[in-house]
Amino acid sequence: MSDPQATSGARASEPAGTQPACRARGVVALTPVNVCRVCVVEVEGSRVLVPACSRKVEPKMVVKTDSERVRLSRKMVLEFLASSVDLSCAGAQVKGWMERYRARPERYGPPKAPAAAGERDAAHPGHHEPSHPGAASTVAQLVKLDNDLYVRDYSKCILCYKCVEACGTDAQNTFAIAVAGRGFDARISTEFANPLPDSACVYCGNCIGVCPTGALMFKSEFDLRRAGRWNERKQTVTDTICPYCGVGCTLQLHVQDNRIVKVTSPLDHSVTSGHLCIKGRFGWQFVQNRPEGCKE
Amino acid sequence: MDLHLIPGAAPTDLERAAVDGALGPPDSGWDGGERRPKLDGHIAHGGRDARARRHLLLPALHALQGRAGWISPGALNYICQRLTVPPAEAYGVATFYSMFSIEPRPATVVHVCDDIACRIKGAKELGAEMEKSLGPAGSQAHRGNAPGKSGSAHGKTGGAMWLKSPCLGLCEHAPAVMFQVAGGKPAASGPRAGDATGDWTLAPARTADVLAGITGRRALGRPRGASTPQTRTGAGGADRASAGAAPLRLLRRVGRVDPESLDDYRAHGGYAALRRALALGPEGVIREVTDSKLMGRGGAAFPTGRKWDAVAKQPAHPHYLVCNADESEPGTFKDRVLMEEDPFALVEAMTIAGYAADCARGYIYIRGEYPLALARLANAIEAARTRGLLGDDILGSGFRFDIEIRRGAGAYICGEETALFNSIEGLRGEPRNKPPFPVQVGLFGKPTLINNVETLVNVLDIVVEGGPAFAAIGTAQSSGTKLFCVSGCVAAPGVYEAPFGATLADIVKLAGGVGAGRTLRAVLLGGAAGSFVTPDEMDVPLTFEGTRAIGASLGSGVIMVFDDTVDLQDTVLRIAAFFRDESCGQCVPCRVGTERQEEVLHRLADAAAARDGRRVPAAATEVALLDEIGQAMRDASICGLGQTAAGAAQSAIKKLGLFGGGR
Ligand SMILES: Cc1cc2nc3c(=O)[nH]c(=O)nc-3n(C[C@H](O)[C@H](O)[C@H](O)COP(=O)(O)O)c2cc1C
Ligand code: SF4
Ligand code: SF4
Ligand code: SF4
Ligand code: FES
Ligand code: FES
Repeated sequence: MSDPQATSGARASEPAGTQPACRARGVVALTPVNVCRVCVVEVEGSRVLVPACSRKVEPKMVVKTDSERVRLSRKMVLEFLASSVDLSCAGAQVKGWMERYRARPERYGPPKAPAAAGERDAAHPGHHEPSHPGAASTVAQLVKLDNDLYVRDYSKCILCYKCVEACGTDAQNTFAIAVAGRGFDARISTEFANPLPDSACVYCGNCIGVCPTGALMFKSEFDLRRAGRWNERKQTVTDTICPYCGVGCTLQLHVQDNRIVKVTSPLDHSVTSGHLCIKGRFGWQFVQNRPEGCKE
Repeated sequence: MDLHLIPGAAPTDLERAAVDGALGPPDSGWDGGERRPKLDGHIAHGGRDARARRHLLLPALHALQGRAGWISPGALNYICQRLTVPPAEAYGVATFYSMFSIEPRPATVVHVCDDIACRIKGAKELGAEMEKSLGPAGSQAHRGNAPGKSGSAHGKTGGAMWLKSPCLGLCEHAPAVMFQVAGGKPAASGPRAGDATGDWTLAPARTADVLAGITGRRALGRPRGASTPQTRTGAGGADRASAGAAPLRLLRRVGRVDPESLDDYRAHGGYAALRRALALGPEGVIREVTDSKLMGRGGAAFPTGRKWDAVAKQPAHPHYLVCNADESEPGTFKDRVLMEEDPFALVEAMTIAGYAADCARGYIYIRGEYPLALARLANAIEAARTRGLLGDDILGSGFRFDIEIRRGAGAYICGEETALFNSIEGLRGEPRNKPPFPVQVGLFGKPTLINNVETLVNVLDIVVEGGPAFAAIGTAQSSGTKLFCVSGCVAAPGVYEAPFGATLADIVKLAGGVGAGRTLRAVLLGGAAGSFVTPDEMDVPLTFEGTRAIGASLGSGVIMVFDDTVDLQDTVLRIAAFFRDESCGQCVPCRVGTERQEEVLHRLADAAAARDGRRVPAAATEVALLDEIGQAMRDASICGLGQTAAGAAQSAIKKLGLFGGGR
């Protein structure tokens, strides 16, 4: 699997023979699809580099985790992503890697203007006109705001496939989203890019839970960020048990200014593996429906 | 999974008929049929049985595209209901292939090859003509069958549009076009129905013929043997025996045998190899193939005997055989010629492979742009089946085997073996991670023997003559003969067969060399995934080891020749665009790397043009950046596409001094 947060640097540069990186971060619930290639290492006898997140350790394997080749590929993958995707919500760790590998995404030129509404969704496989030089292609596009619960900002999507896995066989078995198109035009999409309310989505929010870059985001978080009021330092996280059914999922309530701003579940939790249903994930408005004038 | 269909989208009768043509009629109300009031409430539907039909997705999409001209939401709904596939996934598959459209479009779509061989043979001029008649590429101004527009309003174009296409595998007759024509009659039911197609190709494509084609008048086909100058006798062709040339092996029947007649194939020695194989037994066949030292001809040059042996020994069953006939590497057309002109040879060879490796079934995965080869193969399989050469008891031996054709839909990446498996399985054609390798976990998760068309056809002679006799041809490390796809600036482009060890100069000479008064500038060896070689490297022996020694590779046998009239920078830019367009998009180094590579090359080209050929000062930084992009693609990409995407551009800069990079 391909979440830079899950991979990387830290893990993959541990001595040879350590466990694959992605699984180790606690994303045990997802099958590694190893597409981001941030975690590549050099394995003696292999012509090309191999992904540390998913390549099984074999006896007598000789692994180099910080060779010149490894460092170059990691730098380039980071540059490729940072020059084409908005990584501003991808976490501080990513910034650390960028520094560590001296990634300079600005080498590719200024970013091209964002795609017009619907443009990326309509891209034809196998057809494109040459990109105009001097500007770097990106996946920048409009945010998809089509329901009250969460938003999809694919300008931030690194196409790690995690949401697709979470929505599909690895957790939810709903298959509301899949990868469509190909090459640089590949994208996460519902059928015919229909709005979520017309799709199979059941709003479990499990895709939000696994998205490493903030491309999928609670509407509540999105609104606060847009208003400039999102402040993680002011937030507390409270563990509780979902009140709705007998499964008893662990919920983590993220609270800012005495209001719940999002709900997660620990990725390594034995009951949930981080996954919830619509009720636990979004059904908490009643908690804050206090009568007017009631003291908070 | 709870199948959630697109709200309010229903198939038309025509769409329903098209899908039913490919899948057979629905069983019950559960999979899209008439609901049977008393029964359907009492039967269970779904689970493994329903999901096991996923592999029919591609044939169903083809049937729909071929009949209705596009994949509408209602039609996609119906396919999803029939096959229990979530619409988002089916959409993801449909949007992976360039031959499918998810928007309404005219019944006739002209794919004009815009790739490297055709560009130097008038593709751009042809494109300009198309633009005059049909508007810009991709424009639907002339769609006659668009909703709300009447066909007659568009006069003689009758509803057509044109698109630029990557290499159509007809480079020896460049420029090439393919007509994708929707609206044909539905074929009989069954998965084979998807094979029926109204598509056809035209090469060389003269403007007048293309315009006539748009109005429905098909130009005459090429004469037999038109692609193999070596098989011609008399005028123009070499009389090989009297010239003392090595006898043709792979091309022996090409141009001579009637490709549609099993009897004629037999009269030319056909099916002697299968008889011999049945006498040798599976181990005997594998021994001969191993002794022959045959190496795969699909590009990776893996020892074929080792592969066969490994699959035969796999405990898991069933085993599958797959013939890789996707042939989409720009400049490659040898497999097409074999399939069009000697289809029974492939059918016989596959039967032998299936016998040796204990395979339950064989699949031919053929690229969607090969309608003639598709028709000839379908005919050959049918004929073989009728005569007991395929089926339950082949030649009375008790051996049971059959072959199914699967048609690709416009995606170079589906030639990569694991992407090909995914494509057959009804998934997106994204390569899988290796290990595990196909011999262990291949098609449908089972041990799978996958070989290229040319590889398989070699087996016929190996079985008849014995492995050691085959190994004696060619060089110690590269045994047998090789088909070379010679195109570009030579007098007689075509498929040439020569024993391994002939030099590049020999083959170019066989093809008549560059034109009078012209000088050779470069040769692209191995296709877009290969690299350029220079005029002073023409003595390289064309063997796996010989090409490796000069840092090149034989790849699929492409020899594309460029003389001093060709704008090679334009060629390199087209190659970069090709990889950008054909990347599956799965892994970052290739998805973004191919994009960035194209951008940097355009920057370099523009800068060089602006400075009128003088050295570009910033070029050094840009070339260094290109180097790093190339290295990351080569090292960190998942599959061979990304790993080879920088080779041609790098060699153009370093060896040919293009893009102001300097030598
Ligand atoms: C991007 C890509 C495209 C390929 N296309 C083809 C193809 O069109 N035909 C083919 O035989 N092999 C193709 N290959 C090679 C196959 O993966 C595989 O090695 C081959 O089919 C094995 O057959 P062989 O051992 O007979 O050569 C391709 C590989 C890559 C990476
Ligand atoms: S919210 Fe749940 S059902 Fe909806 S797309 Fe995300 S994972 Fe799938
Ligand atoms: S939306 Fe998020 S989880 Fe889904 S592919 Fe993009 S980055 Fe990954
Ligand atoms: S290298 Fe390119 S074609 Fe191959 S898996 Fe990666 S993105 Fe797909
Ligand atoms: S973490 Fe993405 S490839 Fe390994
Ligand atoms: S057919 Fe046009 S380049 Fe091959």
